Amino acid sequence: MLSEAGGQATLLGGTTDLFVHWPERMLDADGVFIDLSGVGALRAHRWEDEALVLGGLTTFWDIIQDERADREMPVLVQAARTVGAVQIQTRGTWAGNIANASPAADGVAALMVRDAVVELTSCDGIETIRLDEFYLGYKQMRLRRDQIITSIRVPRQSCSVERFIKVGTRQAQAISKIGVAIAQSQAGWRIVANSVAPAVCRCRTVERALDDRVPLPHVDALVELLGSDVSPIDDIRSTAAYRRGVLARVLYHELAPLCEWVGPQRGAS
Amino acid sequence: MDECGLVTIELTLNGGCVRLEVDPGERLLDTLRDRLGLKGTKEGCGEGECGACTVLMDGVPVNSCLVPIVQARGKRIETIESVDRAQLSALLDSGATQCGACTPGVVMSAAWVMQHPELLHTHGLRELMAGNLCRCTGYDGIIGGLAAAIEAGLARKSEGEG
Repeated sequence: MLSEAGGQATLLGGTTDLFVHWPERMLDADGVFIDLSGVGALRAHRWEDEALVLGGLTTFWDIIQDERADREMPVLVQAARTVGAVQIQTRGTWAGNIANASPAADGVAALMVRDAVVELTSCDGIETIRLDEFYLGYKQMRLRRDQIITSIRVPRQSCSVERFIKVGTRQAQAISKIGVAIAQSQAGWRIVANSVAPAVCRCRTVERALDDRVPLPHVDALVELLGSDVSPIDDIRSTAAYRRGVLARVLYHELAPLCEWVGPQRGAS
Repeated sequence: MDECGLVTIELTLNGGCVRLEVDPGERLLDTLRDRLGLKGTKEGCGEGECGACTVLMDGVPVNSCLVPIVQARGKRIETIESVDRAQLSALLDSGATQCGACTPGVVMSAAWVMQHPELLHTHGLRELMAGNLCRCTGYDGIIGGLAAAIEAGLARKSEGEG
């Protein structure tokens, strides 16, 4: 149906974004809507040996309710619990969070920090893309209009550190001024920030500095590193300067207790 | 879909079966209020923020302003009209309602929490109720009333078991 619509169709998942101010918003869309909610196979998530596999319609609440997710991948549950409130979590989907491509997507940050891979399906077959290579710019992504996100694979590598921190006007409902997901595993450090760039992004300069144990004695050192990783703007929710400063401070305060090379150096005079 | 663009939908509403011919893009909120005359569910913001339009869909709270009616097909919907008045006494006693605009949504979220006390193993009441804004800011009354109702429910349950 999607290819018959000539790539002009809008897919309905949890509709927590699409239906805001509906039906006025209908005029912005392309006119053809395809409801996915009847495709039962897209809803369930499952645990495989190597990965947690989220379906295209798996909701935030599905994962919040999964005790195993809370144990094995707490960063997903932490991020999911900051999305809207229960009424949004019961409807909003992880795949929708990805495809909506908001720079502020908390769920995307949590998935990306765990090296998630998206599976895109079309009549031509299945394509898999790492989430950290999925976005090309503001609302630009490697998702063709004839493709559907059918699943998201989250590797079950164990992380010695994983957490998500949101800074917003309020913990519930408010969209993040900044969000940051932090993880460390055998693959190294992962720092993923949202609301500070055209798309949710890895902060690779900071990750490299942490992997190389570069001393970061003060928050200013993080501000400098983040300068090459993020490009925040002023908008209705916050300012570029606030975002840059707060992201650096949040990271500093989270990392200092975990990394002896972050914070005032012992033995320094 | 017929030539007028309408679709036939069946759903279970407050325990009864309902069959409708509707525009598939209609909001569940509008179907309830305008088509079925169930005016208890209120529209506040129309963007999923205030929770005044909260109903239960297959047993979990959703904002009915964000649900296309076509997605309610075959679902179980419960609205404020289904709530047993006796369940409301603790909320009334605690002054949980002031101007009343948020109350139908608050009651639906509260009813869900009361049905699922196990949620309190992982969540606090304030987080569970965070999707219902009260512009009178009467949150302490709402949370206090809900806590009292849950306690009374648990007490009744243990009496029943004992």
